[in-house]
Amino acid sequence: MAKKYELNEIEVWDGNTAVSHALRQARIDVVAAYPITPSTPIVQNYSKFLADGYIDGEFIMVESEHSAMSGCVAAGAAGARTATATSSQGFALMVEVLYQASGMRIPVVLTVADRALAAPLNVNGDHSDMYLGRDAGWINLCAYNPQEAYDLTLMAFKIAEDLDVRLPAMVHQDGFICSHTAQNVRPLSDAEAAKFVGEYKPVNSMLDISNPVTHGVQTEEDWHFEHKARQHNDLMNSKNVIKRVFDEFKTLTNREYNLVDNYKLEDADIAIVAIGTTVESARIAADKLRDEGIKAGVLGIRVLRPFPFEEIVNALSNVKAIATMDRSAPGGTFGMLFNEISGAMIGSGKSPIILNYIYGLGGRDTTIEQLIEIYRQLDDCARSNQRKYPLQQFIGLRGPKLSFF
Amino acid sequence: MAKDIKDLGWNELIPGAALFSFSEPVEDVTEVAIDERPYSPTNSHEYSVGDWRVEKPVFNRDYCIDCQFCWVFCPDISIISRDKKMIGVDYEHCKGCGICVEVCPTNPKSLLMFPEHLENEEALAKWPAKEAKK
Repeated sequence: MAKKYELNEIEVWDGNTAVSHALRQARIDVVAAYPITPSTPIVQNYSKFLADGYIDGEFIMVESEHSAMSGCVAAGAAGARTATATSSQGFALMVEVLYQASGMRIPVVLTVADRALAAPLNVNGDHSDMYLGRDAGWINLCAYNPQEAYDLTLMAFKIAEDLDVRLPAMVHQDGFICSHTAQNVRPLSDAEAAKFVGEYKPVNSMLDISNPVTHGVQTEEDWHFEHKARQHNDLMNSKNVIKRVFDEFKTLTNREYNLVDNYKLEDADIAIVAIGTTVESARIAADKLRDEGIKAGVLGIRVLRPFPFEEIVNALSNVKAIATMDRSAPGGTFGMLFNEISGAMIGSGKSPIILNYIYGLGGRDTTIEQLIEIYRQLDDCARSNQRKYPLQQFIGLRGPKLSFF
Repeated sequence: MAKDIKDLGWNELIPGAALFSFSEPVEDVTEVAIDERPYSPTNSHEYSVGDWRVEKPVFNRDYCIDCQFCWVFCPDISIISRDKKMIGVDYEHCKGCGICVEVCPTNPKSLLMFPEHLENEEALAKWPAKEAKK
């Protein structure tokens, strides 16, 4: 029996420490992990908790991230609660197995400290890895600070393992900016956390030898389409379970989560849409604009997948100009948020001015001043009802201004 | 399963394409003979999967000593044996790998590979004689 870990009402934890405690409290059966910056302390702390007697589960040290995710998928198929952590190149190496986990409906929880992808090699935070995995059929929850990383990790198990969902879930936090920034975190007690997450409910477990089952089967043109349709349907419908778990968590902790995180959008004329720590910076910038009487707001994406279509459209329905901010090299097109926000608005018969800003790649600092400048461009567009700036701009970049369209 | 598997829609499939071997749990499966197990419609037992074979193993009862080596070594449970008596080869599932022939200890062998198109009677007529001791 694992020892109880005494926690203070308020701990000073960085994002990684917070997530490692959430994993410890979730009573995971199997963690298979391979360390990579900046997520290393998550599994390093976890293995120390285990060595010190605070964890009952198994920890498998593997030779790569591909093996780490494979170990989680296999243990999940055998009937175990599983989780791991990664970043960047390790995430990239996991990608093949990410699709196996979601297709096999194994509710693995993957905690990601998001980091840039090489080349050039870079250990700092951006969303390249998050964007690489966004079509992998996982639930994607996005934290902006260590408290949220802790909360969402606990909630990820409850969402992923729900019998109506049974899909893997990622919890994202910005590498270094969140993962290595210590802040006040209010944890649950071990008992409260375990009660909230609940007992793991095995489904189609391989270890039931009276009823043998094959996982990871082959389906060709005869059945593949039906299985992918079912998977997509269940991911789309997981919104209801996510909302229910968010509500249960609020009842327990008084901390509120929603599919999108709206900040002063009720009367906003202009809005920044972002993911991660930049959401918090944008709130400060919005307040500065509001001091001048400019109605600025922020929409933070809390749940990237399933895509919160209705919630985004509702939140932005009266906004005149929107900045979609993508912290990932767009690779020959617009950033993902520009495409998806534009699609959501046009699909709902709305046609605000929408601009795309590429920012913060490889951990480049994104300042309040830069965000204020983005709001000023939006304000300029909103007042004149004209798109006065290129559709895509790079901000915080050395050299001549880079923009497209 | 009441409905034929071919008539199932996307919403009726087992999530994750987990395929059960049996249509109901079987306690102590090793005590239930293969032809009495309730194989599910998706089990490969219900499909003919031997059609990529180029050569087939032919069984010759005359020389077999029922040692069960072929039954033990066959990677695709395609050797049919009852009560430790060798009966023959399950051609619906045998892939023609030849391992059974390789492990057969008799002289001449009781299992030999022949071209797929050759009738078993013809094959048995061509069976080689016992090899002389060297």
